[in-house]
Amino acid sequence: MSQDVLVKAEKLTKKFNGLVAVDSIDFEIFKGESFGFLGPNGAGKTTTMKMVQSISPLTGGTLTLAGMDVTEQGRKIKAIVGVAPQEDNLDPDFTVLQNLMVYARYFDISKEKAKTKAEELIRFMQLEEKRDVIITSLSGGMRRRLILARALMNEPQILILDEPTTGLDPQARHLIWTKIRNLQKQGVTVILTTHYMDEAAQLCDRLIIMDHGKIIEKGRPADLVRAHVGEEVLEVLFSEEAMHCLKQYFPDARIDVVGDKIQVFANKPRGVLAKVLDKVSFKGALIRDSNLEDVFLKLAGRSLKD
Amino acid sequence: MSKITELFRVPKISYRVSKVWMRNKDVFMKTYKTNFLPSLLEPILYLVALGLGLGGFVEAIDGQPYINFIAPALVAVSMMYSSFYECTYATFVRMYFQKTFDAIIATPITIEEVITGEILWGATKSLINSSIVLGVIVAAGLVSSPLFLLILPVSFLVGLLFSAMGMCFTAISPNIDAFNYPGFLYITPMLLLSGTFFPLASMPEVLQIVTQIFFPLANAVTVTRALALGNIQMSILFNIAWMLIITPIFFVLAINLMKKRLIK
Repeated sequence: MSQDVLVKAEKLTKKFNGLVAVDSIDFEIFKGESFGFLGPNGAGKTTTMKMVQSISPLTGGTLTLAGMDVTEQGRKIKAIVGVAPQEDNLDPDFTVLQNLMVYARYFDISKEKAKTKAEELIRFMQLEEKRDVIITSLSGGMRRRLILARALMNEPQILILDEPTTGLDPQARHLIWTKIRNLQKQGVTVILTTHYMDEAAQLCDRLIIMDHGKIIEKGRPADLVRAHVGEEVLEVLFSEEAMHCLKQYFPDARIDVVGDKIQVFANKPRGVLAKVLDKVSFKGALIRDSNLEDVFLKLAGRSLKD
Repeated sequence: MSKITELFRVPKISYRVSKVWMRNKDVFMKTYKTNFLPSLLEPILYLVALGLGLGGFVEAIDGQPYINFIAPALVAVSMMYSSFYECTYATFVRMYFQKTFDAIIATPITIEEVITGEILWGATKSLINSSIVLGVIVAAGLVSSPLFLLILPVSFLVGLLFSAMGMCFTAISPNIDAFNYPGFLYITPMLLLSGTFFPLASMPEVLQIVTQIFFPLANAVTVTRALALGNIQMSILFNIAWMLIITPIFFVLAINLMKKRLIK
Protein backbone atom coordinates (compact mmCIF):
# COMPACT_ATOMS: atom_id res chain seq x y z
CA MET A 1 0.00 0.00 0.00
CA SER A 2 1.28 3.44 -0.87
CA GLN A 3 1.56 5.78 2.07
CA ASP A 4 0.12 8.93 0.52
CA VAL A 5 -1.95 10.62 3.20
CA LEU A 6 -5.38 11.45 1.79
CA VAL A 7 -7.14 12.59 4.95
CA LYS A 8 -5.36 14.18 7.86
CA ALA A 9 -6.95 15.40 11.08
CA GLU A 10 -5.08 17.24 13.82
CA LYS A 11 -6.69 18.12 17.14
CA LEU A 12 -10.05 17.89 15.38
CA THR A 13 -12.71 19.20 17.75
CA LYS A 14 -16.47 19.72 17.58
CA LYS A 15 -18.64 21.21 20.29
CA PHE A 16 -22.43 21.58 20.30
CA ASN A 17 -23.75 24.05 22.87
CA GLY A 18 -20.84 23.38 25.18
CA LEU A 19 -21.07 19.60 24.77
CA VAL A 20 -17.88 18.09 23.32
CA ALA A 21 -18.88 15.66 20.56
CA VAL A 22 -15.39 15.22 19.09
CA ASP A 23 -12.55 15.87 21.50
CA SER A 24 -9.28 16.86 19.85
CA ILE A 25 -8.65 13.73 17.79
CA ASP A 26 -5.80 13.00 15.35
CA PHE A 27 -5.88 10.48 12.52
CA GLU A 28 -4.45 9.86 9.07
CA ILE A 29 -6.09 7.92 6.28
CA PHE A 30 -3.93 6.66 3.43
CA LYS A 31 -4.84 6.57 -0.21
CA GLY A 32 -6.41 3.28 -1.23
CA GLU A 33 -7.05 1.90 2.24
CA SER A 34 -10.30 1.14 4.02
CA PHE A 35 -10.51 2.97 7.29
CA GLY A 36 -13.13 2.31 9.94
CA PHE A 37 -14.62 4.43 12.70
CA LEU A 38 -16.08 2.24 15.41
CA GLY A 39 -17.82 3.23 18.55
CA PRO A 40 -21.09 3.13 20.44
CA ASN A 41 -23.93 5.49 19.55
CA GLY A 42 -22.99 9.03 20.46
CA ALA A 43 -19.25 8.35 20.30
CA GLY A 44 -18.74 11.08 17.70
CA LYS A 45 -18.41 8.97 14.54
CA THR A 46 -21.12 10.59 12.48
CA THR A 47 -20.08 14.06 13.63
CA THR A 48 -16.53 13.29 12.47
CA MET A 49 -17.91 12.09 9.11
CA LYS A 50 -19.87 15.33 8.70
CA MET A 51 -16.70 17.33 9.23
CA VAL A 52 -14.79 15.16 6.76
CA GLN A 53 -17.55 15.79 4.23
CA SER A 54 -17.13 19.51 4.81
CA ILE A 55 -20.76 19.89 5.86
CA SER A 56 -20.25 20.60 9.53
CA PRO A 57 -17.85 23.42 10.48
CA LEU A 58 -14.99 22.57 12.86
CA THR A 59 -14.89 24.03 16.35
CA GLY A 60 -11.14 23.51 16.52
CA GLY A 61 -8.14 21.79 14.95
CA THR A 62 -7.45 21.18 11.29
CA LEU A 63 -8.74 18.70 8.75
CA THR A 64 -7.50 18.28 5.19
CA LEU A 65 -8.60 16.02 2.34
CA ALA A 66 -6.23 15.55 -0.59
CA GLY A 67 -4.31 18.53 0.77
CA MET A 68 -7.40 20.77 0.79
CA ASP A 69 -8.65 22.41 3.97
CA VAL A 70 -12.28 21.50 4.72
CA THR A 71 -13.04 25.00 5.95
CA GLU A 72 -11.63 26.77 2.90
CA GLN A 73 -12.35 24.39 0.03
CA GLY A 74 -15.64 22.74 0.89
CA ARG A 75 -16.94 22.78 -2.66
CA LYS A 76 -13.85 21.16 -4.17
CA ILE A 77 -13.76 18.55 -1.45
CA LYS A 78 -17.41 17.64 -1.92
CA ALA A 79 -16.69 17.14 -5.63
CA ILE A 80 -14.20 14.32 -4.92
CA VAL A 81 -16.11 12.67 -2.07
CA GLY A 82 -18.97 10.20 -2.43
CA VAL A 83 -21.32 9.80 0.51
CA ALA A 84 -23.68 6.97 1.36
CA PRO A 85 -25.46 8.37 4.41
CA GLN A 86 -26.99 6.38 7.22
CA GLU A 87 -30.43 7.88 6.61
CA ASP A 88 -32.28 7.10 3.40
CA ASN A 89 -32.48 10.42 1.56
CA LEU A 90 -33.28 9.17 -1.93
CA ASP A 91 -35.82 11.19 -3.90
CA PRO A 92 -39.12 9.31 -3.48
CA ASP A 93 -40.76 10.94 -6.52
CA PHE A 94 -38.15 9.62 -8.95
CA THR A 95 -37.24 6.29 -10.50
CA VAL A 96 -33.93 4.55 -9.86
CA LEU A 97 -32.39 6.04 -13.01
CA GLN A 98 -33.77 9.54 -12.34
CA ASN A 99 -32.36 9.49 -8.81
CA LEU A 100 -28.90 8.96 -10.28
CA MET A 101 -29.36 11.47 -13.09
CA VAL A 102 -30.64 14.28 -10.85
CA TYR A 103 -27.80 13.64 -8.40
CA ALA A 104 -25.22 13.78 -11.20
CA ARG A 105 -26.57 17.19 -12.19
CA TYR A 106 -25.61 18.54 -8.77
CA PHE A 107 -22.00 17.70 -9.70
CA ASP A 108 -22.15 19.44 -13.09
CA ILE A 109 -21.76 16.09 -14.84
CA SER A 110 -22.99 16.26 -18.43
CA LYS A 111 -26.19 14.43 -19.27
CA GLU A 112 -24.52 11.96 -21.65
CA LYS A 113 -21.75 11.12 -19.22
CA ALA A 114 -24.22 10.78 -16.37
CA LYS A 115 -26.39 8.42 -18.42
CA THR A 116 -23.46 6.12 -19.18
CA LYS A 117 -22.28 6.15 -15.58
CA ALA A 118 -25.81 5.59 -14.22
CA GLU A 119 -26.40 2.59 -16.51
CA GLU A 120 -23.02 1.16 -15.51
CA LEU A 121 -23.77 1.55 -11.79
CA ILE A 122 -27.29 0.14 -12.12
CA ARG A 123 -25.67 -2.99 -13.61
CA PHE A 124 -22.93 -3.06 -10.97
CA MET A 125 -25.50 -2.83 -8.16
CA GLN A 126 -27.81 -5.38 -9.84
CA LEU A 127 -30.74 -2.99 -10.10
CA GLU A 128 -31.45 -3.44 -13.84
CA GLU A 129 -34.97 -4.72 -13.28
CA LYS A 130 -35.83 -1.69 -11.18
CA ARG A 131 -34.25 0.88 -13.48
CA ASP A 132 -37.51 2.68 -14.31
CA VAL A 133 -39.42 1.97 -11.14
CA ILE A 134 -40.35 4.73 -8.66
CA ILE A 135 -38.13 3.97 -5.69
CA THR A 136 -40.88 3.77 -3.07
CA SER A 137 -41.46 0.15 -4.19
CA LEU A 138 -37.83 -0.88 -3.62
CA SER A 139 -36.79 -3.18 -0.75
CA GLY A 140 -34.46 -1.94 1.98
CA GLY A 141 -31.49 -3.75 0.43
CA MET A 142 -32.17 -2.30 -3.02
CA ARG A 143 -32.45 1.20 -1.62
CA ARG A 144 -29.09 0.76 0.12
CA ARG A 145 -27.55 -0.38 -3.16
CA LEU A 146 -29.04 2.60 -4.93
CA ILE A 147 -27.64 4.93 -2.26
CA LEU A 148 -24.25 3.32 -2.82
CA ALA A 149 -24.62 3.70 -6.59
CA ARG A 150 -25.55 7.34 -6.12
CA ALA A 151 -22.44 7.91 -4.00
CA LEU A 152 -20.35 6.63 -6.92
CA MET A 153 -21.87 8.86 -9.61
CA ASN A 154 -19.10 11.46 -9.31
CA GLU A 155 -16.35 8.78 -9.41
CA PRO A 156 -15.16 9.78 -5.94
CA GLN A 157 -11.60 9.45 -4.67
CA ILE A 158 -12.99 8.99 -1.18
CA LEU A 159 -16.10 7.00 -0.43
CA ILE A 160 -17.80 7.61 2.93
CA LEU A 161 -20.10 4.86 4.12
CA ASP A 162 -22.05 5.70 7.25
CA GLU A 163 -23.49 2.49 8.70
CA PRO A 164 -23.84 0.90 5.24
CA THR A 165 -25.73 -2.23 6.29
CA THR A 166 -27.75 -1.20 9.33
CA GLY A 167 -31.19 -2.78 9.24
CA LEU A 168 -30.52 -5.15 6.35
CA ASP A 169 -31.11 -8.90 6.23
CA PRO A 170 -28.03 -11.18 5.96
CA GLN A 171 -28.29 -11.71 2.19
CA ALA A 172 -28.54 -7.99 1.53
CA ARG A 173 -25.62 -7.30 3.88
CA HIS A 174 -23.37 -9.80 2.13
CA LEU A 175 -24.25 -8.38 -1.26
CA ILE A 176 -23.34 -4.87 -0.07
CA TRP A 177 -20.06 -6.18 1.37
CA THR A 178 -19.21 -7.83 -1.94
CA LYS A 179 -19.82 -4.54 -3.75
CA ILE A 180 -17.68 -2.63 -1.26
CA ARG A 181 -14.85 -5.15 -1.66
CA ASN A 182 -15.03 -4.74 -5.43
CA LEU A 183 -14.63 -1.01 -4.99
CA GLN A 184 -11.67 -1.51 -2.67
CA LYS A 185 -10.00 -3.62 -5.33
CA GLN A 186 -10.49 -0.76 -7.78
CA GLY A 187 -8.44 1.41 -5.42
CA VAL A 188 -11.19 3.58 -3.95
CA THR A 189 -10.36 4.89 -0.48
CA VAL A 190 -13.20 3.89 1.82
CA ILE A 191 -14.12 5.49 5.13
CA LEU A 192 -16.60 3.42 7.02
CA THR A 193 -18.51 3.86 10.25
CA THR A 194 -20.24 0.91 11.79
CA HIS A 195 -21.20 -0.67 15.04
CA TYR A 196 -21.16 -4.14 13.55
CA MET A 197 -17.82 -5.58 14.53
CA ASP A 198 -17.94 -8.38 11.97
CA GLU A 199 -18.44 -5.74 9.29
CA ALA A 200 -15.44 -3.79 10.51
CA ALA A 201 -13.29 -6.92 10.68
CA GLN A 202 -14.30 -7.88 7.15
CA LEU A 203 -13.92 -4.54 5.46
CA CYS A 204 -11.37 -2.39 7.30
CA ASP A 205 -7.60 -2.38 6.82
CA ARG A 206 -7.24 -0.11 9.82
CA LEU A 207 -9.70 1.32 12.26
CA ILE A 208 -10.10 3.54 15.26
CA ILE A 209 -12.44 2.97 18.17
CA MET A 210 -14.07 6.08 19.54
CA ASP A 211 -15.92 6.71 22.76
CA HIS A 212 -17.10 10.00 24.26
CA GLY A 213 -15.53 11.88 21.36
CA LYS A 214 -12.05 10.47 21.93
CA ILE A 215 -10.02 7.81 20.15
CA ILE A 216 -9.54 5.00 22.62
CA GLU A 217 -7.68 2.60 20.32
CA LYS A 218 -6.39 2.33 16.78
CA GLY A 219 -4.79 -0.30 14.59
CA ARG A 220 -5.40 -3.26 12.30
CA PRO A 221 -8.36 -5.42 13.33
CA ALA A 222 -6.29 -8.62 13.77
CA ASP A 223 -3.58 -6.79 15.74
CA LEU A 224 -6.14 -5.24 18.05
CA VAL A 225 -7.74 -8.60 18.75
CA ARG A 226 -4.37 -10.19 19.51
CA ALA A 227 -3.22 -7.31 21.69
CA HIS A 228 -6.36 -6.94 23.76
CA VAL A 229 -8.05 -10.31 24.06
CA GLY A 230 -5.62 -12.92 22.76
CA GLU A 231 -6.46 -15.44 20.10
CA GLU A 232 -9.04 -17.48 21.94
CA VAL A 233 -11.80 -17.04 24.48
CA LEU A 234 -13.06 -19.67 26.84
CA GLU A 235 -16.77 -19.49 27.60
CA VAL A 236 -18.30 -21.46 30.45
CA LEU A 237 -21.82 -21.56 31.89
CA PHE A 238 -21.87 -19.52 35.10
CA SER A 239 -21.61 -21.12 38.51
CA GLU A 240 -19.78 -20.14 41.70
CA GLU A 241 -17.57 -23.24 41.58
CA ALA A 242 -16.65 -22.71 37.94
CA MET A 243 -15.76 -19.09 38.68
CA HIS A 244 -13.60 -20.10 41.64
CA CYS A 245 -11.87 -22.80 39.65
CA LEU A 246 -11.17 -20.56 36.62
CA LYS A 247 -9.70 -17.86 38.83
CA GLN A 248 -7.22 -20.38 40.17
CA TYR A 249 -6.21 -21.61 36.75
CA PHE A 250 -5.95 -18.13 35.25
CA PRO A 251 -4.90 -15.73 37.98
CA ASP A 252 -3.77 -13.06 35.47
CA ALA A 253 -6.65 -13.39 33.01
CA ARG A 254 -9.54 -11.01 32.60
CA ILE A 255 -12.67 -12.88 33.58
CA ASP A 256 -16.03 -11.34 32.66
CA VAL A 257 -19.52 -12.44 33.50
CA VAL A 258 -21.90 -11.81 30.61
CA GLY A 259 -25.46 -12.86 31.28
CA ASP A 260 -25.27 -16.50 32.37
CA LYS A 261 -21.79 -17.02 30.90
CA ILE A 262 -18.25 -16.61 32.15
CA GLN A 263 -15.76 -15.39 29.54
CA VAL A 264 -12.05 -15.94 30.10
CA PHE A 265 -9.63 -13.79 28.14
CA ALA A 266 -6.39 -15.49 29.08
CA ASN A 267 -4.31 -13.81 26.38
CA LYS A 268 -2.42 -17.07 25.98
CA PRO A 269 -1.22 -18.72 22.78
CA ARG A 270 -3.60 -20.98 20.92
CA GLY A 271 -4.15 -24.34 22.61
CA VAL A 272 -3.49 -23.32 26.23
CA LEU A 273 -7.18 -23.06 27.04
CA ALA A 274 -7.93 -26.45 25.58
CA LYS A 275 -5.43 -28.08 27.94
CA VAL A 276 -7.40 -26.81 30.92
CA LEU A 277 -10.57 -28.35 29.56
CA ASP A 278 -8.76 -31.70 29.40
CA LYS A 279 -8.23 -31.52 33.16
CA VAL A 280 -11.52 -30.05 34.36
CA SER A 281 -14.91 -30.40 32.76
CA PHE A 282 -17.07 -27.27 32.89
CA LYS A 283 -20.73 -27.08 32.06
CA GLY A 284 -21.32 -25.50 28.65
CA ALA A 285 -17.62 -25.02 27.97
CA LEU A 286 -16.69 -23.62 24.59
CA ILE A 287 -13.46 -22.30 23.13
CA ARG A 288 -13.85 -19.88 20.26
CA ASP A 289 -11.65 -17.46 18.34
CA SER A 290 -11.75 -14.06 19.93
CA ASN A 291 -12.97 -11.26 17.74
CA LEU A 292 -13.25 -7.54 17.37
CA GLU A 293 -16.47 -7.48 19.34
CA ASP A 294 -14.59 -8.76 22.39
CA VAL A 295 -12.08 -5.94 21.95
CA PHE A 296 -14.83 -3.41 21.54
CA LEU A 297 -16.74 -4.52 24.61
CA LYS A 298 -13.55 -4.58 26.65
CA LEU A 299 -12.64 -1.04 25.61
CA ALA A 300 -16.04 0.63 25.40
CA GLY A 301 -17.57 -1.23 28.33
CA ARG A 302 -20.73 -3.25 28.44
CA SER A 303 -23.20 -0.75 29.79
CA LEU A 304 -25.83 0.72 27.48
CA LYS A 305 -24.92 4.08 26.00
CA ASP A 306 -28.34 5.47 25.33
CA MET B 1 -25.55 42.30 18.22
CA SER B 2 -23.35 39.91 16.27
CA LYS B 3 -26.25 37.43 16.27
CA ILE B 4 -28.48 39.96 14.56
CA THR B 5 -25.91 40.82 11.89
CA GLU B 6 -25.39 37.08 11.35
CA LEU B 7 -29.07 36.72 10.44
CA PHE B 8 -28.76 39.40 7.77
CA ARG B 9 -25.40 38.38 6.32
CA VAL B 10 -25.64 38.43 2.53
CA PRO B 11 -25.08 34.87 1.29
CA LYS B 12 -22.70 33.83 -1.49
CA ILE B 13 -24.55 31.95 -4.19
CA SER B 14 -23.66 30.60 -7.64
CA TYR B 15 -25.38 29.33 -10.79
CA ARG B 16 -25.86 26.03 -8.92
CA VAL B 17 -29.19 27.30 -7.52
CA SER B 18 -30.59 26.34 -10.93
CA LYS B 19 -29.93 22.67 -10.18
CA VAL B 20 -32.08 22.80 -7.08
CA TRP B 21 -34.78 24.62 -9.06
CA MET B 22 -34.59 21.96 -11.80
CA ARG B 23 -34.97 19.14 -9.30
CA ASN B 24 -38.24 20.66 -8.10
CA LYS B 25 -39.37 21.33 -11.66
CA ASP B 26 -38.69 17.67 -12.58
CA VAL B 27 -40.85 16.48 -9.68
CA PHE B 28 -43.55 19.00 -10.61
CA MET B 29 -43.62 17.79 -14.22
CA LYS B 30 -44.19 14.23 -13.01
CA THR B 31 -47.19 15.29 -10.96
CA TYR B 32 -48.54 18.23 -12.96
CA LYS B 33 -51.91 16.55 -13.52
CA THR B 34 -52.68 16.65 -9.82
CA ASN B 35 -51.15 20.11 -9.58
CA PHE B 36 -52.93 21.67 -12.50
CA LEU B 37 -56.61 20.85 -12.06
CA PRO B 38 -57.23 22.18 -8.53
CA SER B 39 -55.55 25.48 -9.32
CA LEU B 40 -57.86 25.82 -12.32
CA LEU B 41 -61.04 24.90 -10.48
CA GLU B 42 -60.63 27.04 -7.39
CA PRO B 43 -60.76 30.47 -9.06
CA ILE B 44 -63.73 29.39 -11.16
CA LEU B 45 -65.57 28.44 -7.96
CA TYR B 46 -64.75 31.81 -6.39
CA LEU B 47 -65.87 33.66 -9.50
CA VAL B 48 -69.17 31.82 -9.62
CA ALA B 49 -69.92 31.94 -5.89
CA LEU B 50 -68.70 35.42 -5.07
CA GLY B 51 -68.71 37.16 -8.45
CA LEU B 52 -72.00 35.93 -9.81
CA GLY B 53 -73.76 34.82 -6.62
CA LEU B 54 -72.82 37.46 -4.09
CA GLY B 55 -72.08 40.02 -6.81
CA GLY B 56 -75.80 40.15 -7.67
CA PHE B 57 -76.44 41.89 -4.34
CA VAL B 58 -73.46 44.24 -4.45
CA GLU B 59 -73.40 47.57 -6.25
CA ALA B 60 -70.60 48.52 -8.63
CA ILE B 61 -67.25 49.48 -7.03
CA ASP B 62 -65.39 52.38 -8.71
CA GLY B 63 -67.65 51.85 -11.70
CA GLN B 64 -66.74 48.15 -11.97
CA PRO B 65 -69.19 45.26 -11.54
CA TYR B 66 -68.33 43.26 -8.39
CA ILE B 67 -67.09 40.25 -10.39
CA ASN B 68 -64.62 42.46 -12.30
CA PHE B 69 -63.49 43.91 -8.98
CA ILE B 70 -62.65 40.59 -7.33
CA ALA B 71 -61.29 38.74 -10.41
CA PRO B 72 -57.79 40.36 -10.37
CA ALA B 73 -57.66 39.94 -6.59
CA LEU B 74 -58.11 36.20 -7.07
CA VAL B 75 -55.02 36.23 -9.30
CA ALA B 76 -53.06 37.93 -6.51
CA VAL B 77 -54.42 35.49 -3.91
CA SER B 78 -53.20 32.56 -6.01
CA MET B 79 -49.72 34.12 -6.08
CA MET B 80 -49.71 34.23 -2.29
CA TYR B 81 -51.12 30.77 -1.69
CA SER B 82 -48.99 28.91 -4.22
CA SER B 83 -45.69 30.40 -3.12
CA PHE B 84 -46.33 30.57 0.63
CA TYR B 85 -47.50 26.97 0.82
CA GLU B 86 -44.75 25.74 -1.50
CA CYS B 87 -42.09 27.12 0.82
CA THR B 88 -43.80 26.01 4.02
CA TYR B 89 -45.49 22.59 3.75
CA ALA B 90 -43.75 21.38 0.58
CA THR B 91 -40.32 22.62 1.64
CA PHE B 92 -40.78 21.14 5.11
CA VAL B 93 -41.58 17.74 3.59
CA ARG B 94 -38.43 17.89 1.46
CA MET B 95 -36.26 19.14 4.30
CA TYR B 96 -37.57 17.10 7.22
CA PHE B 97 -39.23 13.94 5.93
CA GLN B 98 -37.39 13.28 2.67
CA LYS B 99 -34.00 14.66 3.83
CA THR B 100 -33.58 15.98 0.31
CA PHE B 101 -31.49 18.93 1.47
CA ASP B 102 -29.06 16.62 3.28
CA ALA B 103 -28.58 14.72 0.03
CA ILE B 104 -27.97 17.88 -1.97
CA ILE B 105 -25.50 19.51 0.42
CA ALA B 106 -23.33 16.40 0.25
CA THR B 107 -22.61 17.52 -3.34
CA PRO B 108 -20.83 20.75 -4.38
CA ILE B 109 -24.04 22.70 -3.69
CA THR B 110 -24.21 24.78 -0.51
CA ILE B 111 -27.18 25.15 1.84
CA GLU B 112 -27.50 28.80 0.78
CA GLU B 113 -27.94 27.65 -2.81
CA VAL B 114 -30.48 25.01 -1.82
CA ILE B 115 -32.65 27.56 -0.02
CA THR B 116 -32.30 30.11 -2.84
CA GLY B 117 -33.32 27.44 -5.35
CA GLU B 118 -36.34 26.58 -3.20
CA ILE B 119 -37.43 30.23 -2.99
CA LEU B 120 -36.99 30.69 -6.75
CA TRP B 121 -39.08 27.59 -7.26
CA GLY B 122 -41.78 28.99 -4.94
CA ALA B 123 -41.82 32.14 -7.08
CA THR B 124 -42.10 29.96 -10.18
CA LYS B 125 -45.11 28.21 -8.67
CA SER B 126 -46.65 31.65 -8.12
CA LEU B 127 -46.06 32.47 -11.78
CA ILE B 128 -47.53 29.17 -12.98
CA ASN B 129 -50.62 29.14 -10.76
CA SER B 130 -51.50 32.80 -11.13
CA SER B 131 -51.09 32.51 -14.92
CA ILE B 132 -53.74 29.81 -14.88
CA VAL B 133 -56.12 32.00 -12.90
CA LEU B 134 -55.28 34.95 -15.12
CA GLY B 135 -56.08 32.82 -18.16
CA VAL B 136 -59.47 31.99 -16.67
CA ILE B 137 -60.44 35.60 -15.98
CA VAL B 138 -59.16 36.77 -19.37
CA ALA B 139 -61.23 34.04 -21.02
CA ALA B 140 -64.24 35.13 -18.96
CA GLY B 141 -63.81 38.65 -20.32
CA LEU B 142 -63.11 40.17 -16.91
CA VAL B 143 -59.86 41.91 -17.91
CA SER B 144 -60.08 45.23 -19.69
CA SER B 145 -56.49 46.36 -20.27
CA PRO B 146 -53.58 44.89 -22.28
CA LEU B 147 -51.41 45.88 -19.31
CA PHE B 148 -52.53 42.60 -17.76
CA LEU B 149 -49.43 41.00 -19.33
CA LEU B 150 -47.35 42.88 -16.75
CA ILE B 151 -49.08 40.82 -14.07
CA LEU B 152 -46.74 37.93 -15.01
CA PRO B 153 -43.51 39.58 -13.78
CA VAL B 154 -45.42 40.96 -10.80
CA SER B 155 -46.49 37.41 -9.91
CA PHE B 156 -42.84 36.37 -9.79
CA LEU B 157 -41.96 39.24 -7.44
CA VAL B 158 -44.96 38.54 -5.21
CA GLY B 159 -44.01 34.86 -5.30
CA LEU B 160 -40.46 35.64 -4.20
CA LEU B 161 -41.78 37.69 -1.31
CA PHE B 162 -44.21 35.07 -0.02
CA SER B 163 -41.74 32.23 -0.61
CA ALA B 164 -39.12 34.04 1.45
CA MET B 165 -41.65 34.76 4.21
CA GLY B 166 -42.82 31.15 4.18
CA MET B 167 -39.22 29.95 4.31
CA CYS B 168 -38.61 32.02 7.46
CA PHE B 169 -41.50 30.21 9.16
CA THR B 170 -40.19 26.87 7.87
CA ALA B 171 -36.80 27.59 9.39
CA ILE B 172 -38.29 28.04 12.85
CA SER B 173 -41.12 25.49 12.74
CA PRO B 174 -40.56 22.59 15.11
CA ASN B 175 -42.99 20.40 13.15
CA ILE B 176 -45.33 20.50 10.18
CA ASP B 177 -48.45 21.25 12.28
CA ALA B 178 -46.85 24.51 13.40
CA PHE B 179 -47.74 26.00 10.00
CA ASN B 180 -51.29 26.35 11.30
CA TYR B 181 -50.08 29.46 13.12
CA PRO B 182 -48.97 31.54 10.13
CA GLY B 183 -51.77 29.96 8.10
CA PHE B 184 -54.68 30.91 10.35
CA LEU B 185 -53.22 33.93 12.12
CA TYR B 186 -51.56 35.65 9.18
CA ILE B 187 -52.50 34.28 5.74
CA THR B 188 -56.26 34.03 6.39
CA PRO B 189 -56.63 37.55 7.85
CA MET B 190 -54.51 38.81 4.98
CA LEU B 191 -56.79 37.08 2.48
CA LEU B 192 -59.84 38.78 3.99
CA LEU B 193 -58.50 42.26 4.73
CA SER B 194 -56.21 43.13 1.81
CA GLY B 195 -58.74 44.86 -0.41
CA THR B 196 -59.52 41.51 -2.01
CA PHE B 197 -63.30 41.31 -1.51
CA PHE B 198 -63.99 44.96 -0.64
CA PRO B 199 -62.01 48.14 -1.30
CA LEU B 200 -59.28 49.07 1.18
CA ALA B 201 -60.73 52.59 1.16
CA SER B 202 -63.77 51.39 3.11
CA MET B 203 -61.57 50.73 6.14
CA PRO B 204 -60.39 53.47 8.59
CA GLU B 205 -57.34 55.29 7.27
CA VAL B 206 -54.99 54.03 10.02
CA LEU B 207 -55.99 50.47 9.25
CA GLN B 208 -55.37 51.06 5.54
CA ILE B 209 -51.80 52.11 6.25
CA VAL B 210 -51.16 49.27 8.69
CA THR B 211 -52.58 46.80 6.19
CA GLN B 212 -50.35 48.00 3.37
CA ILE B 213 -47.26 47.77 5.58
CA PHE B 214 -47.88 44.37 7.18
CA PHE B 215 -50.02 42.60 4.58
CA PRO B 216 -48.01 42.27 1.34
CA LEU B 217 -51.11 40.83 -0.31
CA ALA B 218 -52.70 44.30 -0.11
CA ASN B 219 -49.87 45.62 -2.30
CA ALA B 220 -50.15 42.66 -4.67
CA VAL B 221 -53.92 43.11 -5.02
CA THR B 222 -53.66 46.84 -5.69
CA VAL B 223 -51.01 46.38 -8.40
CA THR B 224 -52.70 43.39 -10.04
CA ARG B 225 -56.08 45.13 -10.08
CA ALA B 226 -54.62 48.29 -11.56
CA LEU B 227 -52.93 46.33 -14.35
CA ALA B 228 -55.98 44.20 -15.13
CA LEU B 229 -58.38 47.11 -15.23
CA GLY B 230 -55.96 49.60 -16.78
CA ASN B 231 -56.54 52.03 -13.94
CA ILE B 232 -52.94 53.09 -13.23
CA GLN B 233 -52.17 55.57 -10.46
CA MET B 234 -48.81 56.80 -9.21
CA SER B 235 -49.48 55.14 -5.85
CA ILE B 236 -48.86 51.67 -7.29
CA LEU B 237 -45.20 52.63 -7.54
CA PHE B 238 -45.18 52.73 -3.74
CA ASN B 239 -46.79 49.30 -3.62
CA ILE B 240 -44.12 47.90 -5.93
CA ALA B 241 -41.32 49.73 -4.12
CA TRP B 242 -42.44 48.36 -0.76
CA MET B 243 -42.44 44.80 -2.10
CA LEU B 244 -39.01 45.37 -3.67
CA ILE B 245 -37.68 46.57 -0.31
CA ILE B 246 -39.00 43.80 1.94
CA THR B 247 -38.41 40.87 -0.43
CA PRO B 248 -34.59 40.88 -0.18
CA ILE B 249 -34.81 41.35 3.58
CA PHE B 250 -36.94 38.23 4.01
CA PHE B 251 -34.84 36.42 1.41
CA VAL B 252 -31.58 36.93 3.29
CA LEU B 253 -33.24 36.27 6.64
CA ALA B 254 -34.74 33.01 5.33
CA ILE B 255 -31.38 31.75 4.11
CA ASN B 256 -29.57 32.56 7.34
CA LEU B 257 -32.33 31.12 9.53
CA MET B 258 -32.31 27.90 7.49
CA LYS B 259 -28.53 27.72 7.65
CA LYS B 260 -28.75 28.08 11.40
CA ARG B 261 -31.29 25.28 11.56
CA LEU B 262 -29.56 22.83 9.23
CA ILE B 263 -25.82 23.36 9.63
CA LYS B 264 -24.78 22.14 13.04
